[in-house]
Amino acid sequence: MQSIINRIENNQFWKFHGGIHPPEQKFLTNSKPIKPLHLPELLIIPVQQHIGVPGDILVNIGDTVLKGQSLTAPTSPMAVPVHAPTSGTIEKIALHVTAHPSGLSELCIFLKPDGQDKWRPRELCEDYKTLDRSDIIRKITDAGISGMGGAGFPTHIKVDSKPNIDFLIINAAECEPYITADDLLMREHSATILDGINILRHLLIPRLVLIGIEDNKPEAIEALKKATADINDIHICVVPTKYPMGGEKQLIKALTGKEIASGGLPIQQGIIMQNVATCYAIADAVINDKPLIERVVTVSGQGLEKPQNIWAALGTPVRDLVSLCHSTQPADKKAIIMGGPMMGFTLPIDTVPVVKTTNCVLVPSEKELNLHNTEVECIRCGQCAEVCPSNLLPQELQWSAKAKDHDKLKALNLFDCIDCGACAYVCPSHIPLVQYYRIAKAEIRQQELQDIKAEKAKARFEARKARLERERKAREEKQRKASEARRAAMNNSQEGTNAKSAVAAALARVKAKKAQDTGVSAETSTEATTEVKTETLSPVQAAIARAKAKKAAQAAQSTELNGDNKAPETGANAGADATPSDDKQSKVAAAVARAKAKKAAKAKQEAASQTPEENVPAEQTLAGQSSAEQEKAEEQMNTAPKEKPAADSKQAKVAAAVAKAKARKQAKAKAEQAESITEGSAPSQDEPEKTDVTSAEVTAKTDAAEAIETTEAPANDKKAKIAAAIAKAKAKKAKQSSNDLDESTDDSTIENPLKEGTVESKANSTTDSSAEDSDTASEVKPANDKKAKVAAAIAKAKAKKAVQASNAGSSEVDDTMEKADAKSVNSEADVAETEVNAEPLNGNDQSAPAVSSISQQKKARIAAAVAKAKAKKQQQAESN
Amino acid sequence: MAFWIASSPHNHIQKETSALMRLVIFATIPGILAQWYFFGWGNIIHIGLATATALLCEFFVLSLRKKPIKAELLDGSAILTAILLAICLPAVAPWWISVLGAMFAIAVVKQLYGGLGHNPFNPAMAAYVMLLISFPVEMTTWLPPRELWPVEYTFMDTVWMIFTESTQLGYSAEQLRTHIDGYTMATPLDTLKTGLTTGLSVSEVTTSPVFGDYFASGWEWVNAGFLLGGIILLAKKAIHWAAPVSFLAMLWLCSLIGYMVSPDLNPSTLFYWFSGATMLGAFFILTDPVSGATSFKGRLVFGALAGLLVYLIRNFGGYPDAVAFAVLLCNMAAPLIDVYTRPRTFGHQTHGLGVAGNKQGAKK
Ligand code: SF4
Ligand code: SF4
Repeated sequence: MQSIINRIENNQFWKFHGGIHPPEQKFLTNSKPIKPLHLPELLIIPVQQHIGVPGDILVNIGDTVLKGQSLTAPTSPMAVPVHAPTSGTIEKIALHVTAHPSGLSELCIFLKPDGQDKWRPRELCEDYKTLDRSDIIRKITDAGISGMGGAGFPTHIKVDSKPNIDFLIINAAECEPYITADDLLMREHSATILDGINILRHLLIPRLVLIGIEDNKPEAIEALKKATADINDIHICVVPTKYPMGGEKQLIKALTGKEIASGGLPIQQGIIMQNVATCYAIADAVINDKPLIERVVTVSGQGLEKPQNIWAALGTPVRDLVSLCHSTQPADKKAIIMGGPMMGFTLPIDTVPVVKTTNCVLVPSEKELNLHNTEVECIRCGQCAEVCPSNLLPQELQWSAKAKDHDKLKALNLFDCIDCGACAYVCPSHIPLVQYYRIAKAEIRQQELQDIKAEKAKARFEARKARLERERKAREEKQRKASEARRAAMNNSQEGTNAKSAVAAALARVKAKKAQDTGVSAETSTEATTEVKTETLSPVQAAIARAKAKKAAQAAQSTELNGDNKAPETGANAGADATPSDDKQSKVAAAVARAKAKKAAKAKQEAASQTPEENVPAEQTLAGQSSAEQEKAEEQMNTAPKEKPAADSKQAKVAAAVAKAKARKQAKAKAEQAESITEGSAPSQDEPEKTDVTSAEVTAKTDAAEAIETTEAPANDKKAKIAAAIAKAKAKKAKQSSNDLDESTDDSTIENPLKEGTVESKANSTTDSSAEDSDTASEVKPANDKKAKVAAAIAKAKAKKAVQASNAGSSEVDDTMEKADAKSVNSEADVAETEVNAEPLNGNDQSAPAVSSISQQKKARIAAAVAKAKAKKQQQAESN
Repeated sequence: MAFWIASSPHNHIQKETSALMRLVIFATIPGILAQWYFFGWGNIIHIGLATATALLCEFFVLSLRKKPIKAELLDGSAILTAILLAICLPAVAPWWISVLGAMFAIAVVKQLYGGLGHNPFNPAMAAYVMLLISFPVEMTTWLPPRELWPVEYTFMDTVWMIFTESTQLGYSAEQLRTHIDGYTMATPLDTLKTGLTTGLSVSEVTTSPVFGDYFASGWEWVNAGFLLGGIILLAKKAIHWAAPVSFLAMLWLCSLIGYMVSPDLNPSTLFYWFSGATMLGAFFILTDPVSGATSFKGRLVFGALAGLLVYLIRNFGGYPDAVAFAVLLCNMAAPLIDVYTRPRTFGHQTHGLGVAGNKQGAKK
């Protein structure tokens, strides 16, 4: 900072890249004083003269207004009023072509001057320092002051900013050829300009005021130096003449060496820039209570006999100014440019009024500007790139613009182009580069608007599709269950497992009820079953169960061998599991399940407390089409993943939201199931078991299942097979859903930067799979004595599935819970691994401290195998 | 009243592409004069032939492509291409060499790729390489400088030679190249190469009369002529200095290293500068904007790469001169160089599109 100030004090300035030296032509006007105000017959005052929004019109046709009376009232903080430049009557309020590159028509107030020039009452202010800060800013706002150099940014917003301003830069560069309005203003009114600067200093308290002025205005420099001689912290910075020195970013770079980041504002670097003319207007407004109703306009060009600077009332038609200077141009070949030759625009008619940003009206002669060149091919000479102040590659931009390659254009930073025209000026092939860029920019903006619209439509469509799909699945599932129940009833007597089944069925009913009542999450219900089981089952049964589970694991292993290419490793490990610490295993499993349930419960609480805040109206509309239940779930889903990109804490929220959604699903599913069980209780007391058998049969149809059959044939006991089949089927299902997940995620990630689509589909499929999963689970659980095992396996597999899903590229929604479990912070890449390790750890923590680490690992591997097997089943179930 | 409407900027420099081309054409004059002085009328006749062919070709293709014929035909680029090609041809090459070459340069290398501004290769150099590969004998029959001619060789002789492949008195090109002592004279670069492969040292080879008093009799003056033309162009800001300077610097550096490592096998650094087509390449070929790199840094890399390649090919390659090959290789690399030397846009932290940008593109 100090070094910057030192450099400035030594008048050593910086350089910006590029720049050109077009013929200045300032001599045409810079030796004549500013011609005093001239009032035309009719003033045409556009309602909007700056960027932002127009104000409300305060006057009606026929009203008499006084000079300085405001004609509009701002409706937003970004707006400033316009005022009557003189007294007179409002003739009409109508559309008229205004100062706009594309010749737009805008609402204008037509004021007929009465010639009396009668002021509204004014309150002069002797000493602005006695005024309140807010009073000064209010005065500036009310005076309708907006930037008079460039885009016309409302000044009061710029000056009403936080402290810590390092530099207040007064832009007096006036780099455009021909224009001398600021130059003359500085020569003639340096005292008033200084007043304006002092008011700004008073408001902003900058460390240093820098007046950036090009060295081609020696008189103005002299005048300013005289005026500021006794003020220490105002520096007149004389910079070399180079177009576009007056560009905001260029001048800042030249004076302070600071580069304003693309898309950034100078204020972020503690810099505020104001134009000299604006300073003059501020002084007038604050001290003389004179709103911005007139400005200096350079009327120049070799098409005029007497080019000069004129005080013009805002709203003066350009024609009046031109006739004051005696145009020599033939009436049929006329060109009028508003603004300078580099960045000005040609006017379609000559009644366009002068507005707050009009600093020049140019009437060139036929020969003066090279107007009639024809474009030839770009020869890649690179001269355009050499002069570009933004250091762009205009020739490449031009090719991409011609090819309409919008991505490339953005990558080449088209939007950093300041339209300065330096490139087009030097191009030996006379390519109207800037025109190409303007068109391309407009197209890209248009495209972006459309994209956003399309994106919204797509998200809505996908939400609907997902919902329909879900409903269809639910229906099919119901039908399938019904038919299986029927078949099971037929097989019933042959099985002869009635006693056991009765107990199981009773259990199932109890559980279903419980689940329904409490409406807890999937995990919670798992916990419930696990606990029930552990409590009720005799040790013997537990032992049997364990043995079966092991078989199941083995079966799963062989399934992998057949179907899944990731499997061999896992399978081998599971096979090596010769020394089971079975008791512990089941305990561990139960503990894990419990721990998870707790987590889920907690998460649910969180979700409950957090979701309300996160329900964004937009999302509500999105979900609005779905049924009440789903609507809620979707809302949460939408909200949740939206937070995802943020920090970890957000992830937790997401997890919570998902958990809640699941819980609801679960509740519904349970309700349904409870119903069906009660209904079919007489003929099918052991219905669940039958169901299992049937599903095993179904499974057997596939290759993989056949393989199991062969592998297992010598080994076993029917139940093990069943278990294996269940496991497999479940795994398939899970896999399927995670596949779905992948697809949808991929699609929407690619097409949807807003992530809405992603959010929707991701969340949906997650819920789908978990809902199905829990269905299956509750189906299985009541069945028989292998419950403990199965439950444990399910718990693990579910976790695993979640991990797989997230592993496969979707968000870590479920996974977050798992990770939290494992107290492991890092994730995505090897979640699977984390998972495998995490499970036994948990067991250790909570209930089975004695479990040997070896068996833990093995168990974990088995768990992994089971999980995969389940995933497969899920897939299969899907295809069936 | 008709108002004239246009997009800004409304002012424009007076420079035009065609004016630029004309200036470059004029800048070749000193070199051509030197060529004429030392090697006779051959190249000037070839320039005429090639130019006529090029213009005819351009006219033909432009009318086929329904392009504005007058503007593009006279933009000077075809003429410049023809001149550059003809300068590179051996003075005694038969007429069809320059005709074929010019046709190839304009119709295939330039227009088939989309015309001015779209050709990836320098048309003159591409045509030269095509000719060299297709007609190696004709393309390597170089005449020794005037003072070593064994017989009188007038303008008419040259015309005869080019159109009938023997002089008015019936001497063949081979005979023209034969030294009084009975051996065939080649270009200094050729002689050096052959000499070195037969085991002679540089100092022994350079006793041959084709080397003259300084580096390469006749050739040194031709190179000096093109250097002068190049300096004029630089002074007029018609070409950018980056590519020629980095080219010459690289060539100088490479030859210096070579010379310091083994002075017996490497001629002096200035020999590289003033023999073959070095100066022509540096100021007239490498500065061809269309087929070169566009950014400043890119041009530095482009020139340096060309310098390195010229050195390598002259020393280790199969051809005595290497400018044409080096230029073509660099033309191929130019788009890549451009991508990697994109300047940092004002207000951006990272450099241009560069590698990251490519990745981004790939993702899309
Ligand atoms: S108009 Fe845009 S591309 Fe051209 S020089 Fe100015 S900033 Fe660069
Ligand atoms: S200045 Fe014109 S001709 Fe040269 S590279 Fe840029 S666009 Fe192409």
